[in-house]
Amino acid sequence: MSLLGGGIFKGMAVTLRNFVGSYFYKDRLTTNDYSWRPSDKLPQRAGEYPKEEGEQLRDTTTVTNYSRNFPMLLHDGSEPMDTIRCVACQICERECPPQCIYIEKSTEKKENAGGKPQFFPATFDIDVSVCMSCQICVEVCPFDAIVMNSQFELSTPDRFGGLLLRRDDLLKSNGYYHKIHPEEATARDKRIAEEKAAKEAKKKAAAEAAKKMAEEKAKAEAEANEGTPDMEENTE
Amino acid sequence: MSSATAIAPNYELIQQDGLETSLLEVSMGPHHPSTHGVFRMDVKLDGETVVDLQPVFGYLHRNHEKLAENMSYLASMPFTDRLDYFNSMTNNWAYALAAEKLVEIEVPERAEYLRVIMAELTRLVNHVSLVGFFINDLGALGTPLLYAFREREKILDLFEQASGARMMCNYFRFGGLRNDVPEGWLDRARDVVDRFPDFLDEYEKLLCENEIILSRTQGVGNLSRELAISAGITGPMLRASGVNYDIRKVDKYSIYDRFLFRVPYSDGNVGDCYDRFMVRMLEMRESIGILKQALGGIGDGPVLGNAPKVFKPKPAEVYGRVEAPKGELGFYLIADGTPKPYRYRVRPPSLINLTVLRDMCLGQKVADAVIILGSIDIVLGEVDR
Repeated sequence: MSLLGGGIFKGMAVTLRNFVGSYFYKDRLTTNDYSWRPSDKLPQRAGEYPKEEGEQLRDTTTVTNYSRNFPMLLHDGSEPMDTIRCVACQICERECPPQCIYIEKSTEKKENAGGKPQFFPATFDIDVSVCMSCQICVEVCPFDAIVMNSQFELSTPDRFGGLLLRRDDLLKSNGYYHKIHPEEATARDKRIAEEKAAKEAKKKAAAEAAKKMAEEKAKAEAEANEGTPDMEENTE
Repeated sequence: MSSATAIAPNYELIQQDGLETSLLEVSMGPHHPSTHGVFRMDVKLDGETVVDLQPVFGYLHRNHEKLAENMSYLASMPFTDRLDYFNSMTNNWAYALAAEKLVEIEVPERAEYLRVIMAELTRLVNHVSLVGFFINDLGALGTPLLYAFREREKILDLFEQASGARMMCNYFRFGGLRNDVPEGWLDRARDVVDRFPDFLDEYEKLLCENEIILSRTQGVGNLSRELAISAGITGPMLRASGVNYDIRKVDKYSIYDRFLFRVPYSDGNVGDCYDRFMVRMLEMRESIGILKQALGGIGDGPVLGNAPKVFKPKPAEVYGRVEAPKGELGFYLIADGTPKPYRYRVRPPSLINLTVLRDMCLGQKVADAVIILGSIDIVLGEVDR
């Protein structure tokens, strides 16, 4: 401390350099235009903003590959309810930390994308005013049916009904998922395909083993039969 | 300066120059959540001198422990983010460490490296913004805090790219991490880490020689080494009182034994606000050293071991602790063979460091009580849970 107040002036020099620099340094001029402008109409329900799927992603710097906001339900084809992946097993409902999911299982089975008759959720509600975007439901789902959406334009004037997302609001196609989280979606599809292939290989191996066993059994029986013709004759 | 012991805490009237004066009771707070949270101090003042102080907290109580006892082990992971909401990564880590001890899960090497990187980045975030808030409490509104937040934002961007969220990261899992970092993330992290020392130089130039800061912090809020140890103080606050104690060195949890770093601590003569401020400034330099080593040594591999999502551990008791930026953060779990913990206890550094607030404030000016509180570094989400 050579000069009384010297330290203060040193600090002020730093602020001055920052102030002046903010007009010249390229990396300091970081104000971005807001990525997306909603239409004049106020949305009546949460999630009504984007007109096209994935539209909110245009030119954003904040939305990243792993960004998450609220969950959505995946379906594989064009007709959401025919190809819904969810089988209403209710694991996510049980594991959800803030308990924001409500599921009612269907009473009868329906054919899903795989051609198997499965249960489906008759009701699947997520209260996004309670949801805390933690992604636990995604991790515990054994059917890869629920993933995170990155849609963040969710303001609505109706704070009760508008923030309760129903099953049909939550249903999004796998293509949309690929659009918003390309890396994650590709990895997930790859894993599903591998699991399916492994399952089929196992099935095939099991079938072959069963066939082989049946053959061996037949052979053994035939051998046994060959060895006992006399006895048969004797018993007669 | 009058010593704290000379003042009887319950005297009411003072005879001074033939005048009768009385103590003034002031209720400071509960304040705006963005500074130190909803915390109240009932202060008794003799003029400007604090003669008694009663901390009042619990405004942010969210029943964290009992909630966690009623859900599976995995499901309370996102709730640990909300304890100390500045440092969600280290909170995750402490909990993951405890649960990994419980079910004996191995963590892959790349995950350990990424955990260290995340924890040290968190330490930078915490210390840089703590210093900003601390100077804010001194009355320097804005400038240092906004400089700090400018840097913090770069690190939060890294967190968002890796985990999907800026603050409530929820990134750690039992046996590793939820997902690997995206492509190019490590290069971006190296860039941020390489540029951070420039900012620290600037920050030190801005603050460390400032005469106002020196005169306001030196000799204010002294905490003796004996009191610090007997009160169970941990973290930078303990080291500022002259105790060389860092869980990264003592426990060597994870892979901290592979890194070369020093633990800054003061000589313990005073243990004042200035010491606490400087210990944090120095710790940031060491964190950058660890980050450089970790970013250099990280290899490829999986980031999540073979751990079940939902498990039923055998009956056992475990305690997992880490050196969180604020001190020792520990999770104490008792398993009883069901998928839910029988007892789930958090040892919050903020709460335990706060217990010496009265001892540090007695005999000080009321304006200094604010900066003493600021120098403790509390987050009410963790104090109240």
